Amino acid sequence: MNSHIQVKNLNVFYGKSQALKNINLEIPRNQITVIMGPSGCGKTTLLKSFNRFIELDEMTRISGQVKVDEQDIYARDIDVTEVRKTIGLLSQRPYPLPMSIYENVAHGLRMHRMKKGKNEFDQAVQHYLQVAGLWDEVKDRLHEPATSLSIGQQQRLCLARGLAIEPEIILGDEPTSALDPISSQHIEKILMSLKKDYTIVVVTHILRQAKRLADYVIFMYLGEVVEAGTAQQIFEDPQMERTKGYLSGQF
Amino acid sequence: MYHNSTNNQQHTESQSEGRFSRPSIPSRINHERRARKVFFFITLTPIILLVGIIIALVIRTWPILEKYPLKELLLGTVWKPQKGLFGFFPFISGTLWVTLVGIIIAVPPCIFTAIYLSEYARQITRTIAKPLLDLLAAIPSVVYGVWGLVAIVPLIGNHISPFLGKYLGFIPLFSSENPTGYSILAGGIVLAVMIAPFIISIIFEVLSTVPKGVREANLALGATRWQTVHAVVLPKVIPGIGAGIVLGATRALGETMAVLMVAGNVVQVPVSIFDAAYPLPALIANNYGEMMSIPLYDAALMGAALLLLIVILLFNIISNLILKGILKRSWG
Repeated sequence: MNSHIQVKNLNVFYGKSQALKNINLEIPRNQITVIMGPSGCGKTTLLKSFNRFIELDEMTRISGQVKVDEQDIYARDIDVTEVRKTIGLLSQRPYPLPMSIYENVAHGLRMHRMKKGKNEFDQAVQHYLQVAGLWDEVKDRLHEPATSLSIGQQQRLCLARGLAIEPEIILGDEPTSALDPISSQHIEKILMSLKKDYTIVVVTHILRQAKRLADYVIFMYLGEVVEAGTAQQIFEDPQMERTKGYLSGQF
Repeated sequence: MYHNSTNNQQHTESQSEGRFSRPSIPSRINHERRARKVFFFITLTPIILLVGIIIALVIRTWPILEKYPLKELLLGTVWKPQKGLFGFFPFISGTLWVTLVGIIIAVPPCIFTAIYLSEYARQITRTIAKPLLDLLAAIPSVVYGVWGLVAIVPLIGNHISPFLGKYLGFIPLFSSENPTGYSILAGGIVLAVMIAPFIISIIFEVLSTVPKGVREANLALGATRWQTVHAVVLPKVIPGIGAGIVLGATRALGETMAVLMVAGNVVQVPVSIFDAAYPLPALIANNYGEMMSIPLYDAALMGAALLLLIVILLFNIISNLILKGILKRSWG
């Protein structure tokens, strides 16, 4: 497997309780990997260890390695802002920045000094809004506050904002859980269309969504990886009893 | 013993009246109504008092308002009650000077402290620092006054004033002809320290209204903490910070004791931060009850109190309204 992210002996503690227990994983490049499992099993914790968001909570302790392209992102000389630039995050509910629609997309470009001059910015903003399927809806109101958009549009804006800084990996933390069915579908479609250029990791507790999206599946239970494999393997021929139980709706 | 006997008595009484007669109900309801009324009026007292104070002040100020036009009182610079000259301008300007200097000194470090506590500090730092700051607010103002007398006034008189006078003396703001150290700057420094805990805690509150998710959205783009504070947090809370500062200013405007002890209390319109000032609260505190035989003196001091009260009330109401709006605001 051509893996993009490798996790080795990852342990995460929240205070005294252990949230992740000795995780070893590989996440394939340019595919959609779905992390699923019942709530509280550590899916989000695992996801947040990929962009070092886990460190935002000062109660956490981490041991082990998370490697992106063979580079340990927790190594001493690594700049966390570079890690997060390379690994974008789509959160559970959209949080547009307190600025206009246009500025939300341009903000990251400006922060990382990736574009110069109005033209380059305009082009980039248009391009990424198109990728996120939002351009036609907002092209006449680019300078209105981002909060004036519907929540589904906001989530697509957040996606455009994340894509604009040219990440290689996109993390989605139950990215449709706050959205209506149609907006959810929209987001799913966009994610599917993006996988040729990006490695995508999505956390979900919705089994049907997992089946729709996944190329590769990681099933977690109580802080451990129970089983990981291609979607076909996991959904059609799960090896572990717990996976079978979960897939048949026992918990 | 006493309690026991009464209890027994009540017990036997209610028993003798039977279970279904319920004689206690109407009296219980009356009791409830009376209690409600009493509590209501007690609660109302502060409001009645405030209105009463304003009315009383207006009535007592009336004689001087009748005799002199308001403009002459507010802008007059000569204060000679014996000669019937009541110009409040030295006191008004003294109050404004001291308050302004206090605010200017206090605000920048307060903003930085609040940002540090809210955005950077570890939980443990916050749990220690916040109560300590609140403790500063509990120190009696006379203690701050003494600190000003012992530490600040000599420092200004012996060092700051000669130094700045020597190098920046050509600017009127820093010219020093008052060698004592009892000055606007002394009052301002003492005030700054006194109002800092309030301003810090208000700004901290305002900062905490910004949801974690918005900060994280920006951090997820590879922003540093400072970029997040600067681009995402601050733009949303500037009105709140403004309101916090104004609220701090109302405390400074009314602060009497500490300022009175260090500001010098000379009736003049100050031009330099090293000049002595005579703020309104000090005027009232120093003079009320003395020389009251002078005609209109009483009315003049009441007028000073009224003026102070109105300005502080206005500032307070406005900044509280702004803050309420911000603290309640929902995030889209």
